[in-house]
Amino acid sequence: MASLSLRNVVKRYGHGPKANQVIHGVNADIADGEFIVIVGPSGCGKSTLLRMVAGLEEISGGEIAIGARVVNRLEPAERDIAMVFQNYALYPHMSVFDNMAYGLKIAKQPRDEIRARVDKAAKILELSHLLERKPRELSGGQRQRVAMGRAIVRQPQVFLFDEPLSNLDAKLRAQTRIEIQKLHRELGITSLFVTHDQVEAMTLAQRMIVMNAGHMEQFGTPEEVYHTPASTFVASFIGSPPMNLLQHAPGVAPGQILGIRPEHLDVGPDGWDVEVDTVELLGAERLVYARLGDEPLIVRIEEGAPAPRSGERLRVRPRPGRVHAFDAASGKRIPTPAQP
Amino acid sequence: MMVERRPVLDFVAHAVLVLGVLVIAFPVYLAFIASTQSAEQIASSHPLSLLPGTHFLETYRLALFGGKTHAGSTIAAGWPMLGVSLAMALAIALGKIAISLLSAFAIVYFRFPLKNAVFWMIFITLMLPVEVRIGPTYEVISNLGMLNTYAGLTVPLIASATATFLFRQFFLTVPDEMVEAARIDGAGPMRFFLDVLLPLSKTTMAALFVIQFIYGWNQYLWPLMVTTSEDMYPIVLGIKRAIFGEVYVEWNVVMATAILAMLPPALVVMLMQKWFVKGLVDTEK
Repeated sequence: MASLSLRNVVKRYGHGPKANQVIHGVNADIADGEFIVIVGPSGCGKSTLLRMVAGLEEISGGEIAIGARVVNRLEPAERDIAMVFQNYALYPHMSVFDNMAYGLKIAKQPRDEIRARVDKAAKILELSHLLERKPRELSGGQRQRVAMGRAIVRQPQVFLFDEPLSNLDAKLRAQTRIEIQKLHRELGITSLFVTHDQVEAMTLAQRMIVMNAGHMEQFGTPEEVYHTPASTFVASFIGSPPMNLLQHAPGVAPGQILGIRPEHLDVGPDGWDVEVDTVELLGAERLVYARLGDEPLIVRIEEGAPAPRSGERLRVRPRPGRVHAFDAASGKRIPTPAQP
Repeated sequence: MMVERRPVLDFVAHAVLVLGVLVIAFPVYLAFIASTQSAEQIASSHPLSLLPGTHFLETYRLALFGGKTHAGSTIAAGWPMLGVSLAMALAIALGKIAISLLSAFAIVYFRFPLKNAVFWMIFITLMLPVEVRIGPTYEVISNLGMLNTYAGLTVPLIASATATFLFRQFFLTVPDEMVEAARIDGAGPMRFFLDVLLPLSKTTMAALFVIQFIYGWNQYLWPLMVTTSEDMYPIVLGIKRAIFGEVYVEWNVVMATAILAMLPPALVVMLMQKWFVKGLVDTEK
């Protein structure tokens, strides 16, 4: 096991003035055994960053170190990492056992050692009865577990996951999420997990990196990211429904944006005067889509509270201490002393 | 559109199909019938009787092992020629597969200068069949002293744009992630080629083997040029020699030789039919 550091990592395609830069200087120090999620919309460079750590993409600038070793110039196999791919990339003509053992065979591990390691991984992942099967005879969830097993048997310093859950259905995804957490607790291997799904990010991450257009917008625990988003991008990307961002609400200074999460707005006798557009019932709660002047606003209310009807006017009040302020030009957070 | 069940339509459809089968099968049948009659019977009966004659064993023994006919002409033994044909067809088919696999592997998985130019050069040779370049090729083979050798018979026919292209298309469908997974597993290029690409190409190889075996077996013009000694004649040349070699054409022996020449390719197709179809329609991915 080892720590992982990214120092001013840059990725460029092409050379000279025409070069297309897709990663703009990412810095992150990841402690030994940490579970880090990289999250961002598609095209933000999160997979590229992961593939640079894996050694599948060249590093155009900066340094990546696993433990004390700078790995910039090392082949993927020499970096002591293991990767789980989005489509699993199992070898279709090999049995589950051979799929998991292939890397060890190439590394010339003794036969008994291979057998023992594969058996152990198969036991953890409940694949023991499937070892002789071919990948095409397995369900999606089982294939996903084989892909994880292939990573586990390598006993790597770092696990890399490239959206490994996106090919599973919603129920299986939730289940696998929990299994991955359990696995990480048992093995304690430093992990880097890429996803575009903010729920996955929030539930799995010990700390998360939020990426946007090749920039690292924020690096922090899920709580930090949720409660003190570093920019309007993070504020609107993390959390569902997203944070309300208002420029013309009463009391907002010019050049600033006020941010307030839908669950931090209370319906009451006084406050902002909003007009209700539509109401959605989600089970335990209702989402009220409303307008405050010319800006849209979402309010979350408990299912038990009286449901407003469209066209109705409501008064809502932002909960004190839950209001965020951002600079309108840069989108960056303006620290507020009132923050809890 | 719905297909209607109508007896008349069914009858017409079947009649067309039966006619098709007859057109293909009748010449083969005719050849077989001729091979069971004696040369005199064939020469004297107009038209040829369509019932099997009684000289089956005699004719085939002559065609296979050679000897003197009643008319006194000498027939050369067919089985050494079958051996030459078999060796030639196998060498061509296997050689084509091996070399095309490697060239397709290079073109798909490696970056090298003028890669596209190389690919197009290979592709353009599709438009230059053996017959077009036969003069210069003969010159080269003859200068290398490879006339009347198996190498001379097969090497010039081994390079194959078709097979290279087919393997290239197949390799392009192998997901990039599989290559990357192999890299992470520590497999070098040749390891990846042997452990992953080859097993995945099995069905494509089988389909190509069938096609190229028949191609190699049926070569006529090239063996005609490079073989002058009779022990290097493939069976296809043997048929021709039986027709023009003697004063009196022993049609029964010619036809028996033709039937014998037809059997091995037919056998290859029959035995490998399942693989052949699989290789052309589906892939294991």
